[in-house]
Amino acid sequence: MIIAAANESLAEISNYFVYSAMAVYILTFFAYIAEWVFGSRSRVARTAAELTGGKTGGGKSAKGGAAVPAQAGAAGKESEGGGTAVLERPRVVTRSSSGRRGDLPDGPGAAAGDEQGDLYGRIAVSLMVLAFLLHFSGVLTRSLSVQRAPWGNMYEFSTTFSMVAVGAYLGFLVARKNVRWIGLPLVTTVLLDLGLAVTVLYTESDQLVPALDSYWLWIHVSLAIVCGALFYLGCVGTILYLFRDRYETKLIAGGKPSAFATSVLERLPSAASLDKFAYRINAAVFPFWTFTIVAGAIWAGDAWGRYWGWDPKEVWSFITWVVYACYLHARATAGWKGRKAAYLALLAFATWLFNYYGVNVLFDGQHSYADV
Amino acid sequence: MSTTQTDSDPAPAGGTEDAEASREAGAQLSTAPGEDRLNVPSLGLLGWLRWTWRQLTSMRVALILLFLVSLGAVPGSVIPQTSVDAVKVEEFRQKHDVLAPIYDRLQLFDVYSSVWFSAIYILLFISLAGCIVPRSWQFVGQLRSRPPRAPRRLNRMPAYTTWRTDAAPEEVLGAARSLLGGKRFRTDRAEGADSVAAEKGYLREAGNLVFHIALIVLLLAFAAGQLWKAEGSKLVIKGDGFANTMTQYDDFRSGSLFSADDLDTFGFTLKDFHASFESSGPNKNTPRDYRADITYWEGADGAEKPARIEVNKPLQVGDSKVYLIAHGYAPIVSVKDGKGDIAYRGPVPFLQQDTNLTSSGVVKVTDYRDARGRKDQLGFQGFFVPHFDPKSGTMFSQSPMPKNPVMFLTAYRGDLGLDAGLAQSVYQLDTSNMKQFKEKNGRAFAKRLDPGGTMKLPNGAGTLKFEGIEEWANFTVSHQKGNGWALAGALAAIVGLAGSLFIQRRRVWVRAATGPDGQTVVEMAGLGRSDSARLPEELGELADELRRDAPVAAPPEPTTADSDSDAAGSGAGSGAGEPDTGSGSGSASDPEPGAEAGPTPPTAGDAEDGAATSPRGERQ
Ligand code: HEM
Repeated sequence: MIIAAANESLAEISNYFVYSAMAVYILTFFAYIAEWVFGSRSRVARTAAELTGGKTGGGKSAKGGAAVPAQAGAAGKESEGGGTAVLERPRVVTRSSSGRRGDLPDGPGAAAGDEQGDLYGRIAVSLMVLAFLLHFSGVLTRSLSVQRAPWGNMYEFSTTFSMVAVGAYLGFLVARKNVRWIGLPLVTTVLLDLGLAVTVLYTESDQLVPALDSYWLWIHVSLAIVCGALFYLGCVGTILYLFRDRYETKLIAGGKPSAFATSVLERLPSAASLDKFAYRINAAVFPFWTFTIVAGAIWAGDAWGRYWGWDPKEVWSFITWVVYACYLHARATAGWKGRKAAYLALLAFATWLFNYYGVNVLFDGQHSYADV
Repeated sequence: MSTTQTDSDPAPAGGTEDAEASREAGAQLSTAPGEDRLNVPSLGLLGWLRWTWRQLTSMRVALILLFLVSLGAVPGSVIPQTSVDAVKVEEFRQKHDVLAPIYDRLQLFDVYSSVWFSAIYILLFISLAGCIVPRSWQFVGQLRSRPPRAPRRLNRMPAYTTWRTDAAPEEVLGAARSLLGGKRFRTDRAEGADSVAAEKGYLREAGNLVFHIALIVLLLAFAAGQLWKAEGSKLVIKGDGFANTMTQYDDFRSGSLFSADDLDTFGFTLKDFHASFESSGPNKNTPRDYRADITYWEGADGAEKPARIEVNKPLQVGDSKVYLIAHGYAPIVSVKDGKGDIAYRGPVPFLQQDTNLTSSGVVKVTDYRDARGRKDQLGFQGFFVPHFDPKSGTMFSQSPMPKNPVMFLTAYRGDLGLDAGLAQSVYQLDTSNMKQFKEKNGRAFAKRLDPGGTMKLPNGAGTLKFEGIEEWANFTVSHQKGNGWALAGALAAIVGLAGSLFIQRRRVWVRAATGPDGQTVVEMAGLGRSDSARLPEELGELADELRRDAPVAAPPEPTTADSDSDAAGSGAGSGAGEPDTGSGSGSASDPEPGAEAGPTPPTAGDAEDGAATSPRGERQ
């Protein structure tokens, strides 16, 4: 009885943590907005300049060409597409194999060099760290209150899912990857996810039914959450790629995108970079997603006597897997690169989401233990 | 199919020369088939066959087939499937009398064994096999051949660096070769060439092939599992036993190639059963734990061994696994006939109706005489409630534990229909030829019984005594072949996939030649399968190490003197000096407005190169 009481108060503490995390996420959201708004003051139409004549004024110093002392002469007229990655000593000239488009510069980020914007951006990241810690504590206390991993139902799954997505984002930042631009879309969806979790999906903390009590569950579900969170980041990258790609295409065709589009898209990384970001995430996660499904099959084999039974959840995991495989194939096939592959990537993530929300809500297979 | 226009040209927007150069240099960097256009053959039957085969084994068709597989899997999750839940299919049939026949036609109740779904995946796997075989040969060929020679103009490669040194070209090339060899590159220097070619990352291709082969193994194992599988369930009352023969099962399903001889010889006795339930919280009364203690024997005359079966822990005997699926209660009843003789006695399993184990069941008494000694049959039908609470106002059980067990029964007499020859469920009463006992006032006769209680049928027709409760457990025995292969296939697929996606295959070339001024010009270039952020970095590191043996010499001409100050400037400009590995800004790149000014002297032999699109002898 005493233990039960302690557990219930832990569950309550967990709720407080989650609510405070949400509050801080809201602040984060506004800080990111402020970063974008202040950043819009500086007009750095670098892409346009790059595409229309190559005469970038101001800060862009002439360089690169001279780094190719031996043979640059012959390559002269081609080489405006080249760039340099500066390493400690040897200078390596890089040139994208996808030509000029591949060599477009990345945008400067949301703050676009605006001091105030940058300040807000930093504030946003710090707030995000704080919110993450609260979020993490919420998930941890929840887990302690039920004395098991925190993913026995959709509420727990959702809260853990968005926590991992934020954690991955912060991890990328710590590794000094150029990902700050995901901040705003990420925090927006995290808020949506948590909002949905605490209202519609909320389930009192409880124990697991015996079928869920297995270490394969631990492997299977934790991997599913991590894969989902990373696929999600890849998906954001893909969406932004599509916008940015349209923007670049328009510029190349000599069009003039709206001021708003210019202001926002100009600050994002180039389409090639966004595309690569999304591809790398999806490709890196795919083997783990494969393993997730295999672990699930092993678990099903132990729990239900068949490792594969075409239960709706299994069907949709399979579909997700195949669509991601399609995407990877598409990338390996020249004619499907670019936008078409990107649409496949979006479709793939949509099937992932459907597997999670749609299947739990719409169908009642053996997996529907997860109370809504 | 209008998407057939493909350019395998890696540089669609770049100059054609560039494209040509990197194509040459990148030849055979993968075993992916080139996408050939859909040019319809004009040849006869053989031509058509060959064309069909080539289409089938092309990446494009593989892509379409993969897509179709995922699309084809969807209806199976929306429409109830016979293989998953036959009862639901029946319900659906009853509700939709227009749709159901159409669905039947389209085999939508059996999507995963339907002709059309099988056709898709069989085509996919033919395509897969047709893809693997040539690729494997090609890969073996690549392993045996040497890395292609350096393209003429290394500065066209995705990563490039150069410097001048006072070391002799031969020395530089020797050092480069041992450096690259030490880093496990395969290196080669063609006869008389001024360059070293090196390649690394063949495991990527190997991994990819392993992955695709593993998929075939997985599919075959899965198919074997389906064809030879057998699955049956058996309800066992505590104290009773089970022997693994077909006749003992309550229901049994098997794949088309399974025969009764394939059943493993074993049996078990259910000694004891434990169930514990949540005692508090919102999930109160949901099961915490189930455990069946059994003894089992194996083989023709095996000794009895104790074992326990839990929910996630089946018992494995040979190729068979015994799973604990459900449990419930079997009230023990004794029925006396009109003459006062025992007509039936024993536990009768009642089947669970809700999570608190409100259960329903029937008692069939075939050997019965009424008060006047005439032969007849009796049937009792009703509910067993393990935890009855009169205060609750319902007859549903309040918890799954037998805290206050009661039975509610009503009775029939007449023909049970057992002789009709039709199989009949032991859990259902066919009352079509039976008459319900009535109270004097004409209402249906029904009684609530506590343990030990007796129910007297009207007119001295007999009695039923509720003597006690026994527990039962339901087991599924599944017999599956090929599980080991499936698991091995799956694991090999993952390993192969990881190799295929995480390993970069790349080439590095080092050229050293004496420039017009007598100094040695060293050039290094790298080419990967796709734009890789790591490649420039790796090239930089290699160059750095090579410079130990070929130190940078002061440039004799003033034309390149600006290069150092310039390094700082462009460093600041390129994406905030981010070395970037995989974060997105792949090739840190900047506009290069000064390029036209590149006033450096061309190396000998480079001048006429402008229009040359296929440098000599680059392919081995
Ligand atoms: C069961 C269906 C299949 C699945 C799940 C599958 C999955 C994959 C995956 C995940 C990759 C890695 C992609 C990458 O390296 O970026 C790949 C590569 C590849 N697949 Fe498949 N594949 C299937 C069938 C096929 C078939 C039928 C073919 C033959 C036409 C094929 C040919 C290839 C080739 C050539 C590559 C290498 C691409 C490259 O080198 O970049 N695959 N496949």
